Amino acid sequence: MAITYPIFLFLIFSSLVPILSLYEDQVGLTDWHQQYIGKVKQAVFHTHKTGRKRVVVSTELNVIATLDLRRGEIFWRHVLGSNDAVDGMDIALGKYVITLSSEGRVLRAWNLPDGQMVWESSLHGPKHSKSLLLMTNLIIERNNVVVIFSNGRLHAVSCVDGEVLWNKDFEAESLEVQQVIQPAGSNFVYIVGFAASSQFEMYQINARNGELLKHENAAFSGGFSGQVSLVSSETLVALDSTGLILLVISFHEGKISIQHTPISNLVEDAPGPAVIIPSSTMGLFAIRMNAVTIFIRVRGKGMLEVAEKVNRETTIGNALSISEGQQVFALVQHAGRDIRLTVKLAHDWDDDLLKESIKMDQQRGLVHKVFLNNYVRTDRSHGFRALIVMEDHSLLLLQQGTIVWSREDGLASIIDVTTSELPVERAGVSVAKFELNLFEWLKGHMLKLKGTLMLASPEDIAAIQYMRLQSSEKSKMTRDHNGFRKLIIVLTRAGKLFALHTGDGRIVWSRLLQSLCKSEACQHPIGLYLCPWQVPHHHALNENPFVLVVGRCFQSPDALGVLSFVDSYTGKELSSSNLDHSIARVIPLPFTDSTEQRLHLLIDADKKAHFYPKTPEAIGIVRREFSNIYWYSVEDDNGIIKGYALKSKCNSNVADKFCFDASELWSIVLPSESEKIIATVTRKLNEAVHTQAKLIAADQDVMYKYISRNLLFVATVAPKASCEIGSITPEESWLVIYLIDTVTGRVLHRMTHHGSQGPVEAVFSENWVVYHYFNLRAHRYEMSVIEIYDQSRADNKDVWKLVVGKHNLTSPISSYSRSEVVTKSQSYFFTHSLKAIDVTSTAKGITSKQLLIGTIGDQVLALDKRFLDPRRSANPTQVEREEGIIPLTDSLPIIPQSYITHNLRVEGLQGIITVPAKLESTTLVFAYGLDLFFTHFAPTRTYDSLTEEFSYALLLITIVALVAAIFVTWVLSRRKELQDRWR
Amino acid sequence: MEKGKGVMGSGRRWAVDFSDNSTAPSSRDIPDPLGFNRASVDQDDSTVSRQKKDAESNWKAQKAWEVAQAPFKNLLMMGFMMWMAGNTVHLFSIGITFSALWQPISALQGVGKVFEPYKDSKVELLGPKLLFIALNLGGLALGVWKLNTLGLLPTHASDWVSSLPPAQEVEYSGGGIPL
Repeated sequence: MAITYPIFLFLIFSSLVPILSLYEDQVGLTDWHQQYIGKVKQAVFHTHKTGRKRVVVSTELNVIATLDLRRGEIFWRHVLGSNDAVDGMDIALGKYVITLSSEGRVLRAWNLPDGQMVWESSLHGPKHSKSLLLMTNLIIERNNVVVIFSNGRLHAVSCVDGEVLWNKDFEAESLEVQQVIQPAGSNFVYIVGFAASSQFEMYQINARNGELLKHENAAFSGGFSGQVSLVSSETLVALDSTGLILLVISFHEGKISIQHTPISNLVEDAPGPAVIIPSSTMGLFAIRMNAVTIFIRVRGKGMLEVAEKVNRETTIGNALSISEGQQVFALVQHAGRDIRLTVKLAHDWDDDLLKESIKMDQQRGLVHKVFLNNYVRTDRSHGFRALIVMEDHSLLLLQQGTIVWSREDGLASIIDVTTSELPVERAGVSVAKFELNLFEWLKGHMLKLKGTLMLASPEDIAAIQYMRLQSSEKSKMTRDHNGFRKLIIVLTRAGKLFALHTGDGRIVWSRLLQSLCKSEACQHPIGLYLCPWQVPHHHALNENPFVLVVGRCFQSPDALGVLSFVDSYTGKELSSSNLDHSIARVIPLPFTDSTEQRLHLLIDADKKAHFYPKTPEAIGIVRREFSNIYWYSVEDDNGIIKGYALKSKCNSNVADKFCFDASELWSIVLPSESEKIIATVTRKLNEAVHTQAKLIAADQDVMYKYISRNLLFVATVAPKASCEIGSITPEESWLVIYLIDTVTGRVLHRMTHHGSQGPVEAVFSENWVVYHYFNLRAHRYEMSVIEIYDQSRADNKDVWKLVVGKHNLTSPISSYSRSEVVTKSQSYFFTHSLKAIDVTSTAKGITSKQLLIGTIGDQVLALDKRFLDPRRSANPTQVEREEGIIPLTDSLPIIPQSYITHNLRVEGLQGIITVPAKLESTTLVFAYGLDLFFTHFAPTRTYDSLTEEFSYALLLITIVALVAAIFVTWVLSRRKELQDRWR
Repeated sequence: MEKGKGVMGSGRRWAVDFSDNSTAPSSRDIPDPLGFNRASVDQDDSTVSRQKKDAESNWKAQKAWEVAQAPFKNLLMMGFMMWMAGNTVHLFSIGITFSALWQPISALQGVGKVFEPYKDSKVELLGPKLLFIALNLGGLALGVWKLNTLGLLPTHASDWVSSLPPAQEVEYSGGGIPL
């Protein structure tokens, strides 16, 4: 009996909760998934053997992946943790990928064909240092050896099983290691580096057992700076600390000799200090002075000679040995719209092995990295292919003067996302190429009908599935009346804007923003924020919508701001401006001017408010609403929340009528010794709320939701508890949550969860907040819900007054009216830790809501809001059950079918965006991280439209058959009647 | 019927209407048959027919009362059906409730027609009609009551409030953690 009861409950449950899973053949109908890897840091080709040619890459987003060299597809990919950056990578024995990561602490070997990890060893050392990985051709006891210098210790590790064969400490010496070199054919390695910044150190170490063979050093009074360039196995080039003198350091057979050559001797008009571009090309190196790149040859005994001076943007690739004693390297230069790929022999500057000019999309910016690889043609000559990494983080393979493939890996690092409508379908807008003709339409429907009537052969079924996936309807470039077709506009870390079509995820346009590119005024611009600027409605439908991109010149709160306005249909940058003030906050105001430009309030670091757009009309609107515009700041480092109102015009020396000073209205100072702000969340600006009443069916009662846009949810923890879970005891850890009215500074609700700690992820919608945290006492994650109700409206219960409209429920309310609120809350255990949380949003807000939870497994889980309802009780009454109240359980169920990402993963999940479609039942969900995932999601099924599977042909045929039957029976009945009369 | 009419219109040359009991000699040129006295027929049958008419009107009155009481049975049956249907909103209970509402309404619309056969100068139909109307109103009330118990009548504050949009806010505030 004790067992049957929960089973019975479960049955009730499962009948109540709509299951949102989809069938196998529905995958890909409305969803798409794209995989990216991020900006490539290092690439190693694997093309020696027959079979599939591939390239192994490691990226700045800590991804190790192998790509198909033919198409650029990912064979396998591993995403390492956020603090597990890859320092070095190489291929060993032709079948293992060896990676050194986590600042030289972790060495892993991956199986090249399938990406399985073969072994992992952790390397420890006495102190922090540069991490270097060197693949040797040495064999000790039938083990190939890889030599690693990391954390002040030299390790020799077996490639086969990861066993550390020997190690040697460099603890005592204050060595800054620069290179680990193994001269060809020898069985010792050189460790070279600088000590105390003015001493050159060289160690010669027996690679078989780690024995120190020789240790030499030489002092140079000028000091060393920057990186070194290796010009032979026993010679390297460095710069002195002023950057004006080149030092050629030779350590042949243990004897160190330093030769200095002032740069001014080589180049007449040396503009200033130079930097060395690190490379390891035999007999050649490059330095860069301002924008000029100078190639210098090393001739014999430290003689230097300028090979070429290049004024254009130049990128130098790695050196590649193509045969015994022959090294080549690649140069990529920009020439107008083209890029020029040159492959030169290291010892012969004037001879070009390859010279190709390739037309390059301007929106990819400059070339950042080049990786060269060669292949032997059938006539035994050398062919070259180059993998290049562009400024927008995209990856391209060049071969025989063309771009073989390209990958838009900038999409792996998205900063912000917004959406835009597509153009309205008009006579002028051509959609012809997507239209089907009538015959194909009929054929399609006949196939579908066959499928419905189960007459279809397997080929037909495949054709039906293909047709459904390639439906031209979903990828048109015009608006549809369900609102499914939109543009997702994303801003990436590279400063590039992409517009993705929601139908199939293709890139409609992309633009590398000029304002976010390096310039004189702005050295290291970064993108911060993206929001719709102008969304034309009714009267301005013929105008294009615009988005606003907000950036700043460098990573500091008081850096000057950058604004850019981009047309969201075409991607053209309408205008951009470098502001004369910094940007601390961007506040979109709920007002638009006559051209539907939204007013924005930009707060700078000095707490001055600047209004945009700077038009007289906008300032008129501001004047009208002057006393109703407030703003607040959350200073999370010192725990102060302050509220401000606009006061007066700025009294700076420049007359700017769009700039206002702020006066502080209120402040909430949290005690810094006991509370630290870790999360704040507010409602979305564009959220639609259908009703202000919450009906309680049990006693036909009504509760009024406290719906305010000016509510702020703040979560604080004990300062000690802001570190990782498990580092403190439950007694000294607490989580305090606040609900604050940001106009008046009134704290509406405060609650303490003892023995709990962050990280807190929260979502705020309508009148409720759901937040997720860790309960140290229960050793489990918890989710809590708070619902806020307005008690001062609760006496509006007279039916007759409501019937005749004598109530004040729809009259505007002010935060200063201080309405009484009551809150209800409840907590539940939850199995997963979260990466992101959001809630579905629909066009009118009628459809019930589901929470979208980005789990630690990088999937998106839909959880019905009814599970987080403070009115849940252990034994709900019959009426409550009918209303949809689920019996209370201590933990929230995870229903496997409600993963909306079904069997896919959005690696490195960062955020989830929901956008309402025009169809009330449906919301569009976009999850991004390394991967992108988009789907349509109907929280309570699509109750307002026929499903995709609905067979119109069957309906049509049924109607025709019915009409025919009616006609036939009418004729028959006429005839029978006539016969009756004749009788 | 129609066939007969057609025949009579054209085929028959003459006819005698025996039920013609007017005292005046036949208006036609054909004389009355011999021994046929128009006056005497009337005289002989008068008492009998009066009795007959009384009986008929009594019968009509009785029938009218019966008809007037008929909805009562209906009412009982409806009540039973409603009890069977339960208080939850589903297809069966909605069907029952709407038929319970529709029947009295259609019956009330056809009050005149129902009592048409019993119309007589001597029969007092007001009483039965009132009873009939009252009973049907009772049925209607029962239906409305059922509708209410199903929760389909807007008698609660919640029914009027749920369509109200949220109130506008006067102030606007934005901001947050610095970018």
